[in-house]
Amino acid sequence: MSQPFMFEKPLGMRDTLPAYYQIKRSVQDGMEEEIGKWGYLPMETPALEYYDTVGNASAILEQQLFKLLDQQGHTLVLRPDMTAPIARVAASSLKDQSFPLRLSYHTNVFRSQQREGGRPAEFEQMGVELVGDGTASADGEVIALMVASLQEAGLQDFQVAVGHIGYVNALLLDVLGSQERADTLRRFLYEKNYVGFKQHVKSLSLSSIDEKRLLGLLQLRGGPEKFNEAETLVDNGEAAKALENLRQLWDVLECYGVEKYIKLDFNLVMHMSYYTGIVFEGYGSRLGFPLSSGGRYDELLEKFERPAQATGFGIRLDLLVEALGHAEEKPGQTCILFSKERRKEAVEEAKNQRNQGKRVVLQDLQGVDNIDQWTEAFTEVIDLIGRKGGRQT
Amino acid sequence: MNDPLKVAMPKGRIFEEAVELLRQADFSLPPEFEDSRKLIVDAPDANLRFILAKPMDVPTYVEHGVADIGVAGKDTMIEEERDVYEVLDLHISECYMAVAGLPGYEKTDINPKVASKYPNLATQYFKEQGEQVEIIKLNGSIELAPLVGLADRIVDIVSSGQTLKENGLVELETIVSITSRLIVNPVSYRMKDTRIDDMVERLARVVEGEEA
Repeated sequence: MSQPFMFEKPLGMRDTLPAYYQIKRSVQDGMEEEIGKWGYLPMETPALEYYDTVGNASAILEQQLFKLLDQQGHTLVLRPDMTAPIARVAASSLKDQSFPLRLSYHTNVFRSQQREGGRPAEFEQMGVELVGDGTASADGEVIALMVASLQEAGLQDFQVAVGHIGYVNALLLDVLGSQERADTLRRFLYEKNYVGFKQHVKSLSLSSIDEKRLLGLLQLRGGPEKFNEAETLVDNGEAAKALENLRQLWDVLECYGVEKYIKLDFNLVMHMSYYTGIVFEGYGSRLGFPLSSGGRYDELLEKFERPAQATGFGIRLDLLVEALGHAEEKPGQTCILFSKERRKEAVEEAKNQRNQGKRVVLQDLQGVDNIDQWTEAFTEVIDLIGRKGGRQT
Repeated sequence: MNDPLKVAMPKGRIFEEAVELLRQADFSLPPEFEDSRKLIVDAPDANLRFILAKPMDVPTYVEHGVADIGVAGKDTMIEEERDVYEVLDLHISECYMAVAGLPGYEKTDINPKVASKYPNLATQYFKEQGEQVEIIKLNGSIELAPLVGLADRIVDIVSSGQTLKENGLVELETIVSITSRLIVNPVSYRMKDTRIDDMVERLARVVEGEEA
């Protein structure tokens, strides 16, 4: 392998420069405050976890995990998401706290990628997990909080697609009869390959009614009017339960007054096995990639030996900042330029101004090469140079 | 008026065929605008904007959302593995992916080589066959490879078989059949659902009288 350039970073790693940091900070502060107001307690977990526990339980694909070995030879992963670590904590350190738990996080996660340069392999995610509550109210609260957070960040034009994996499974299983055949067809939905889905359905030599039912699934997106249509496609206990769950969710979302941001999408399959109920994904009009996602994962906590129902969302900060697309005003900064005779005076002055909440840079004249160029970055420059009583601009 | 829907298309024959389909689906496109040499062509009456790209790049434009919709061959979809919705088989530019070689080719165990413009697809295919081969990526005129001894076999798209024949090659195995697909960006699919659904429905009616 050739030597990296002296200033080069590993594939997918990014520096956050001050201008970008400023925007990111203001976005994240607003959202953190909003999430805090809803009573979610922020927490952190280590960057490294065991592959056999958290790595395995996570929803992220195996090939996207960064792995390394510790000194004992255990395989470790850089955390690829926060849901699995929080599930681990909820089942261990917090096991004496009774459910439901409301936890939030804001941290960087790592997902390796092989695509062309520039795509991040490390990015920040902010989100919440509501653990130990299986009600539609909990699903609704999480979605409403995601909407509120995006609004707080200043996102104007956005939408959330909501689906239910229980309904998809019930329909596929009802028509096809076996889990294996249902999985094959579900994979087409997961891969967003509707052409493949249709071709596969037609190759199955089903009755024309059953064929229509499966193809009808692809039409199931829109407003609450789709509930009735969904009901006609499959009429069994599981599907009815899922639909009832979604109808309740819709009521909850109406209570929060966020239903105008929501579209039903019964085809939303974001993962082959991780989610167990309501799933959702958030989109902003200015960016081609989904900004946020989440859903119910009632089987995850079981892996950490404290079975519990849970739901949550995660927002990708890097994509959100991109979708917002505005450059934050740089905060004004004052520069006090001093020569050593008046250092004491300069320090006093800086202290004064800082006490008034101003941002003040204190700079010894002798430490700067090109004064004119250097001072251009400041909104105000105060010279405290030469003998006391000298000029001041 | 809404912003125009942005449609990424490969230049050349597929563009012409796709434009014909859109016309049949009652999209009012200016006459003869497919002859333009511009890279961005507007059709204001239909509220569409066409972005003319290299065939292999169409899924990239759509994945990044600079195009809402695209027309891409199944070959590029398999090769590129982009995160986009594949919503409709347009049944245009039908062809298939095949393995070809010199007549009388016999499999060799001594480091067999396969040349292709589709290294991912070829790798995947031979992996599934359990065959160990070395894939050599070429950017065009793939038929040359067996003729000059760069590779024993090639993986390429075959439409009439004429190019293979003229270069004295024969088809050995068929991999998968290929047609052009209508693809949609996942965000546009949600944010512009009404207009996209309308387009898909109208095209579906033209393509096979099928329900979208």
